[in-house]
Amino acid sequence: MSENSSSRAVLEGPDIHRALTRIAHEILERTKGASDVILLGIPTRGATLAHRIGERLEQVEDVKVPVGSLDITMYRDDLRTKPARALGHTELPADGIDDKLIVLVDDVLFSGRTIRAALDALNDLGRPRAVQLAVLVDRGHRELPIRADYVGKNLPTAKSEKVKVFLAETDGRDAVELIK
Amino acid sequence: MIIKNVRILGGEAADIRIEDGVIAEIGQDLTGPQEIDGRGAIALPGLVDLHTHLREPGREDAETVLTGTQSAAKGGYTAVHAMANTMPVADTAGVVEQIWRLGQEHGYCDVQPVGAVTVGLEGRQLAELGAMADSAARVRVFSDDGKCVDDAVLMRRALEYVKAFDGVVAQHAQEPKLTKDAQMNEGVVSGRLGLAGWPAVAEEAIIARDCLLAAHVGSRLHVCHVSTAGSVEIIRWAKGKGWNVTAEVTPHHLLLTDELVEESPVGSYNPIYKVNPPLRTSADVEALRAALADGTIDIVATDHAPHPVEDKETEWAAAAMGMIGLETALSVVQEAMVDTGLLDWAGVAERMSAAPARIGRLSGHGRPLEVGAPANIVLYDPTARTEIKPDMFASKSRNTPYEGISLPGKVVATFLRGKATVLEGKLA
Amino acid sequence: MNKHLISAADLSKDDALLILDTAEELARVSERSIKKLPTLRGRTVVNLFFEDSTRTRISFEAAAKRLSADVINFSAKGSSVSKGESLKDTALTLEAMGADAVVMRHGASGAPYRLANWIRGSVVNAGDGTHEHPTQALLDAFTMRRHLKNLEGRKITIVGDVLHSRVARSNVLLLSTLGADVTLVAPPTLLPVSVGTWPCDVSYDLDAVLPKSDVIMMLRVQKERMNAAYFPSEREYSRRYGLDRDRFAKLPDDAIVMHPGPMNRGMEIAAEVADSARSTIVEQVANGVTTRMAVLYLLLGGEI
Repeated sequence: MSENSSSRAVLEGPDIHRALTRIAHEILERTKGASDVILLGIPTRGATLAHRIGERLEQVEDVKVPVGSLDITMYRDDLRTKPARALGHTELPADGIDDKLIVLVDDVLFSGRTIRAALDALNDLGRPRAVQLAVLVDRGHRELPIRADYVGKNLPTAKSEKVKVFLAETDGRDAVELIK
Repeated sequence: MIIKNVRILGGEAADIRIEDGVIAEIGQDLTGPQEIDGRGAIALPGLVDLHTHLREPGREDAETVLTGTQSAAKGGYTAVHAMANTMPVADTAGVVEQIWRLGQEHGYCDVQPVGAVTVGLEGRQLAELGAMADSAARVRVFSDDGKCVDDAVLMRRALEYVKAFDGVVAQHAQEPKLTKDAQMNEGVVSGRLGLAGWPAVAEEAIIARDCLLAAHVGSRLHVCHVSTAGSVEIIRWAKGKGWNVTAEVTPHHLLLTDELVEESPVGSYNPIYKVNPPLRTSADVEALRAALADGTIDIVATDHAPHPVEDKETEWAAAAMGMIGLETALSVVQEAMVDTGLLDWAGVAERMSAAPARIGRLSGHGRPLEVGAPANIVLYDPTARTEIKPDMFASKSRNTPYEGISLPGKVVATFLRGKATVLEGKLA
Repeated sequence: MNKHLISAADLSKDDALLILDTAEELARVSERSIKKLPTLRGRTVVNLFFEDSTRTRISFEAAAKRLSADVINFSAKGSSVSKGESLKDTALTLEAMGADAVVMRHGASGAPYRLANWIRGSVVNAGDGTHEHPTQALLDAFTMRRHLKNLEGRKITIVGDVLHSRVARSNVLLLSTLGADVTLVAPPTLLPVSVGTWPCDVSYDLDAVLPKSDVIMMLRVQKERMNAAYFPSEREYSRRYGLDRDRFAKLPDDAIVMHPGPMNRGMEIAAEVADSARSTIVEQVANGVTTRMAVLYLLLGGEI
C-alpha cells in the first residue's frame, strides 16, 4: 500500500466507510434520534469526518444535523514547543451551541490533550447540554481522564508508533496507516 | 638615534639619523648608540590634522588635550588644529593660549588652536581675530565649525579681515534653514527611514557663495569636510578660476555611505553613523576620492569628534553628531586611496602632512623628510591588518564607525621633533 | 516571521497573508460573548508609549488582554523617562520585568531598532516618528481584503502628507508585497525627494486618479505642517487634495474610503464622506484589535 516499507494499512477505504456508518447508527441510538445534536469536527480531518457522519445521519434517518468545526489551536497545552502555528477554521451553527448535545469528532484519540483543549474551547463558546466524543481510531496511551463515546476502531499501538489518517477530501484516498 | 631600514614614502630602504630633533643624515648602514628597526615600515612626515575636536575646556568627559593628543600621536600625527567649539568657546587670546600651552606641556603632539570667527560661535559679531593671531598661539585658521557663518556680510568681513595676518577662514558649509532638524543625507535612504533629510544643496550653496566672496575680496577660503559630488564640482570650478580656495575631506566620507544608517554590522539607525556633514551616497564617495586624487580636494582632515557613550547609545534623533578618527585616519586613507591605486605614499604625505601644514601656516610641520628638517616622522606598516575594536583607542571616547571592520596598516612609531611619542604601536 | 515587527518590509508575502488569515479567524472571537483566549497566559506584553496615542494603546491593550497576556502600560509621561532617563535605561528596566514583547510608540524614527538591541523580547513598532506603523498597514490591508477579497492588482490611492507619514510608508511596503498597485497623491512638497524609488506610482492630480481607485486612503494633515510652508493655506490644500462630495462622486461605485484617524473633518476629508456607508473608518478601529491579536499570537504564541 504505502511506499514506506515500515508502514502498514490498518483500515482501508471500505473499513472507514463501515466504521463511520456504524458511528452514525450509534449516535442515532444513543441520542434518541439526534434531534438536538451538533457535530463539531476538529480541523483538519476531524472536520471532514464530521461532515461524512452528518451525511450518514441524513441518509439513515433523514435528519439534518448541523455540522461545524472547532479549531483548538489557541487552547493547546503544547503551543510553546514549536513556532506559532497557523489557525484552523472554527464554524459554529448560527444558533450557537447552548443547550445542545455536542458530538466532537476527531480522527485519532491518543493522549486526550486535544480533547481537553476542545472542551476548554467549547466552554468559551457557550454551554452545551452535554458533550460526547466520536473518533475514527482510538490508539490508547491516554494521559488525561478522557474516553470516546463512539469509536471506529480500537487500535493497540506502541507509544513510539504513529497513526496516520488519509481522507479523500484532503489526501486523495481513504486509509489509516500504522507507521513504526 | 638611527631609524634603520625604513622606506621613505614607500621607496627604497634607508637609515635616518636624528640629532637634536632634526634629521641629520639619510643613508645606508648608519650606526649609532640608539637604533630603531624600521624594517617593513614606511616613513612619512608626521601627519598634520587641520580639523580636530579636543573638547577641552568644557567637555573633558569626552576628550582632553592630553587624551586627544595621545590619540593623535597613535594615529601618526605630530600636529593637530583644535577646533574652537569648546566651552568656553576659543574666541579670545586667553582661551587659545591656554589650549596651545596644554599641548606643549603634554608633549605628544603640537596643538595649534583654531580661533572662532564670531563671538561665542553665534554668528553675530566677529571675535577678536587679530588678538588671537598675535597671541602666543599664533592662530592662523579661524572657524565657527559646527556652525556655518551663514550671514553673507559677516562672512565677507571675516574673509577680508584675516588678510591682515595671512589667516584663513575654514567654513563649515551648511545652510541652516535647509538643514533645520536634518538627520541624515536626503536621498533614497532617508526617504525610506523617515529621517529628516539633509540635502546636498545646503552644503553646495554655501560653498559656491563663499568661493565667490573669497574671490571678490581676494582672500583665502578653506572648505571644511566636503561631502558631496556637487561640492567637488564647485571647488574644481573655483580653483580653475585661480581663486585661493582649499578644501578638506574626512576619512569617513572617503569610505562610508548613508546606507549604513539602514543596515550595518551594528544594527539599523545606529547613531554611531550620525555625523555632520552626514554620510552621503557611494557616488559622492567616488567623487570625493577622485577629487582628493586629482588635487581638487587638498587635504584629509579627521574631524575627530569625541562623544561619551551615553550621547550615542540613544535613539537616532537624540544622538550627538560626530565620529572619532585620529587613530584610524591613515588606515582609512590607505584603504580608500592607496590600496585602490588612486594615491601613492608621496601623495598621502602631501595631503595629510605638507598641504595641511601649509594651509595652517605651520612652518615646523609638513616638511619633506630631508636633512635639516624637523624630525617629525611616522613609521607605518602598510601590510598589517587590524580589526577595529572601540577599546583599542587612546581617545577617551569610543564613537568609532569602524567597529567590527578590518582596516589595513598600523602606525608603528611617531616622532615629534626627534622624540618618540609612539613606539611599537604604543604610547612611548 | 521575524522575531520583531518593526517595518512592513520585515514581512514576506507569506508572512503577511498568515497574519491576515489569522486575523480573519480571530475576528470571530470579537463577536462572541467571551472575547478571550488563553493562548498568551503567562506572557508579559509592555505597552511603551513615548507619545500620547490612546487609540493605538488601547487597541494593543485589548488585543493582548483578549489573548490573556499580562499587560503593563508604561507611559513616558510622568515617569522617569520625562525626568531624562535614557531609552536604554528604560529598556533595561523592561528587561528586568521580563517583558516578552514590547509594543513601542516613539517620536523618533528608528527608536524600535535601538530598543531591540537592548532587550531579549520581541519589539512591535506601534509607530516611530515619520518612519513606519506596520500594524496600521496590516489592519488597513485586513479591512481592504474584507471588502475587495484579493488585493492582487487592486488600485489603492493614498493621499496626503506622505513625507511625514509612517502610515503611508508601511502601507506602500505592505500593499506592494501583497500585489496591489499603490498610487501616492500629494503636493510635491509633501513627498520625499526619493519617492521615485518606492514601489508605487506618484501623482499630483487627485481628480485624475479617483475614477481608477478601488480604495482611497486619506492621510491626516498635521497642524504643524500647515505653519511650515509645505502648502500655502488650509483652504488651498483642501481644494486641491481634500476628499469632498464632488470628488467622492468620481470614485467607482464599490470603492471604499479609508482614514487612519484622527481626522480633520473639512480639511482632508468632508464630514459627509467620512460618515458615508462606503467609509471604513470605524471598521478600521475594530479591525485594529483583531489584527494586533494576530500579530501578538504569531510573535508570542509559539516557542520564543
